Amino acid sequence: MIKEEPIIEIKHLFYRYDRENVLEDVNLSVNYGSFLGIVGPNGSGKSTLLKLILGLNKPQRGEIKLFGKDIKQFRERQKIGFVSQKANSFNSGFPATVYEVVASGLTKKIGLLRFYNKNDAAKIEKAVASVGMEKFLHRNIGELSGGQQQRVFIARALVSDPELLILDEPTVGVDAENVQSFYEMLEQLNKDGITLLMVTHDIGAITDKVTNVACLNKVLFFHGTSTEFEDKKHLGISDIYGHDVHLLTHDHKEAHS
Amino acid sequence: MISALFQYEFLQNAFISGMIIGLIAPLLGVFIVVRRLSLIADALSHVTLAGIAASLFMGKYIPFFGTLNPLYMGMAFSVGGSLFIEKLRSVYKHYQELAIPIILSGGIGIGVIFISLADGFNTDLFSYLFGSVSAVSRTDLWTIIAISIFVLITIILIYKELFLLSFDEEYAKATGIAARSIHFLFIVMVALVIAASMRIVGVLLVSSLMTLPVAASIRLSRGFKQTIFFSVVFGEASVLGGLFLSYYLDLAPGGTIVVLAVLILIATVLIKKLSANRAVY
Repeated sequence: MIKEEPIIEIKHLFYRYDRENVLEDVNLSVNYGSFLGIVGPNGSGKSTLLKLILGLNKPQRGEIKLFGKDIKQFRERQKIGFVSQKANSFNSGFPATVYEVVASGLTKKIGLLRFYNKNDAAKIEKAVASVGMEKFLHRNIGELSGGQQQRVFIARALVSDPELLILDEPTVGVDAENVQSFYEMLEQLNKDGITLLMVTHDIGAITDKVTNVACLNKVLFFHGTSTEFEDKKHLGISDIYGHDVHLLTHDHKEAHS
Repeated sequence: MISALFQYEFLQNAFISGMIIGLIAPLLGVFIVVRRLSLIADALSHVTLAGIAASLFMGKYIPFFGTLNPLYMGMAFSVGGSLFIEKLRSVYKHYQELAIPIILSGGIGIGVIFISLADGFNTDLFSYLFGSVSAVSRTDLWTIIAISIFVLITIILIYKELFLLSFDEEYAKATGIAARSIHFLFIVMVALVIAASMRIVGVLLVSSLMTLPVAASIRLSRGFKQTIFFSVVFGEASVLGGLFLSYYLDLAPGGTIVVLAVLILIATVLIKKLSANRAVY
């Protein structure tokens, strides 16, 4: 159920890196219960936007509110689950079991100088089961396929019962046949009441799963429901992305070649 | 040897400190290896040497340093060096490994200057280079015990955070844990344990006790806790086995310990290979 109340509210956000604007005057609000897909070419500032929301980078100008609170005052990070691009931050030779990886998702919630208890073990097993990985509980993470690893990382994000789940291109490194079931799992999580925010460059695959779409390329070109997005789509991509569509498709090709 | 152990204080000092180092060096080593910081141990051990050389040099002229255990100055240098590495890593964001050779060669340079100022090598300094278990004094032992208790308690208390930070730094930061403070505490612990291990295996071999048992353990273990467990088992086996062998065969203890650790590593590689082959047939 989508509520008329924003879980994330972004106003006039600017982010600059090496004297170049990465994000310009971005205004975006995400309501409780929605599933927002953010699409845009490489280098469009999508991942930067997520990093700003997660507090990993600080904007030069603008305002971010999480759960109704200014990000500077926001302390309840355990309410936010995060799944990053797997390849970026993870050493596949790391000697840790699925159980240990998922358990690490409780670190902030349990708090410094406190230890895991029996309740936590049940939570961890439940989170692993919710992504269908219970058979692999005591396998080393490096022995799993890309898709399985990404499920484990979802479980790690879910174990602390987040209200908001943020995903940065979660299907990079997941083989094609598993991508569909991966998206179905996300759709189910959204139906269970978790607000999702996902960055992807795979627009086609997600329009029937998400409730809302935002198109970003430095500035926000479009933000609306997925049905509105579908309607605009036959008019051609230029209407969705706005004026400099040539530059944009060119960028896109270049990034993939 | 057992009866000699009860008789001679220097043997007791050697064995007790060896057992403690065999525990804490591989324990911290697991975190160092999985974070791909193996070379930091080498850099800091050379900085520690500079501190020890400085202390021995000043001991010639200032009576206070003459009575001070050189290990203390070594520890101070090592902790200072660890902080400097962190600073350099943030200055050279895209060349983070550059911090290590800078500190390593800086440490050797300063060390060599102090050694030459103190009129060259003396046996005391030589024992720090290659380790000299028989030279472990009671104050050394108490220092090692104090460092170990501090390190053990700290690791138990921040295990969750340290694991998360080691496994996925970006995620750790995104969840809002005090990643910087945890990392800082970790690097200070590394510096202290290196200084503490100095007496047993010496500057040149100290990093081996933090990395070789872990390298062997990673081949065999399932999960992180098991990796820690086997690392400590292999660490203890190398230290205690090395001390016994060196006592009976009259070999250099530091070298014997390291060679044993290498043999254990080779054995685990072979075992893994054999069991993999068996699985195929």
